[in-house]
Amino acid sequence: MSTTIVKTLDLKGLSCPMPIAKTAQASRALAAGDLIAVYATDPGSVPDFAAWCETTGNELVEQTEDGGTYRFVIRKR
Amino acid sequence: MTATETLEAPATVEIEHPHHRKLVIMAWSGDLDKIWPTFILGTTGAAMGMDTTIFFTFWGLFPLVRNDVHITGENWMQKMMSMMNRGGTDHLGLSKMNFAGMGPAMMKKLAEEHQVASPCELLEVARDLGVHLVPCQMTMDLLGLTKDDLIDGLEDPAGATTALLQAQDAVTLFI
Repeated sequence: MSTTIVKTLDLKGLSCPMPIAKTAQASRALAAGDLIAVYATDPGSVPDFAAWCETTGNELVEQTEDGGTYRFVIRKR
Repeated sequence: MTATETLEAPATVEIEHPHHRKLVIMAWSGDLDKIWPTFILGTTGAAMGMDTTIFFTFWGLFPLVRNDVHITGENWMQKMMSMMNRGGTDHLGLSKMNFAGMGPAMMKKLAEEHQVASPCELLEVARDLGVHLVPCQMTMDLLGLTKDDLIDGLEDPAGATTALLQAQDAVTLFI
């Protein structure tokens, strides 16, 4: 399985629901198995990305936080 | 039942996706602070892969009026109503603390500072993600609104039956 991130989204500063909405928009162009990295600062995006992955079947591979910036790595289903 | 009879466990049903896959929002209110969450939820539903429909009825239809359209309606009553309640996402009032338009101006300023997407932006994303935006035919007739008064990208106007048919197997919200 690929471990290369094929797309990175900088969604820092954006409020709900834009981090999710923009990730959904961007993920349409990806192939199944592709990895996408998303940077966000909205603390609500932590539960929201988990919920989004749960409902869409995409896999939350990695989630880190550095100085208020969250990084989510998601594998497209 | 005899003692030797064993009870069989009911067959388990494999539910691949226990979540609702459809979202229907009845957008009744044209207030900024109600249509805003309507668009947020609609956009999010579509982003989550839900088949999402927003049915716009009564005051909820006014946010779909083009921002550059001033007066709508065919007769004086409809025209007067549109003058007192101008449509378009840029001209909506708050349900509370409207203060003759000062409330919405402050709300929009705050939203900008916090990078909360405006209703106009959300509508664009909603359309891009395939949210079905359905105007209520009866309200259009009642208010004298034509297709030309409304923004692009809407579905054909429909009635309550269409809305309720969509709602049958969906999460349904009335806002």
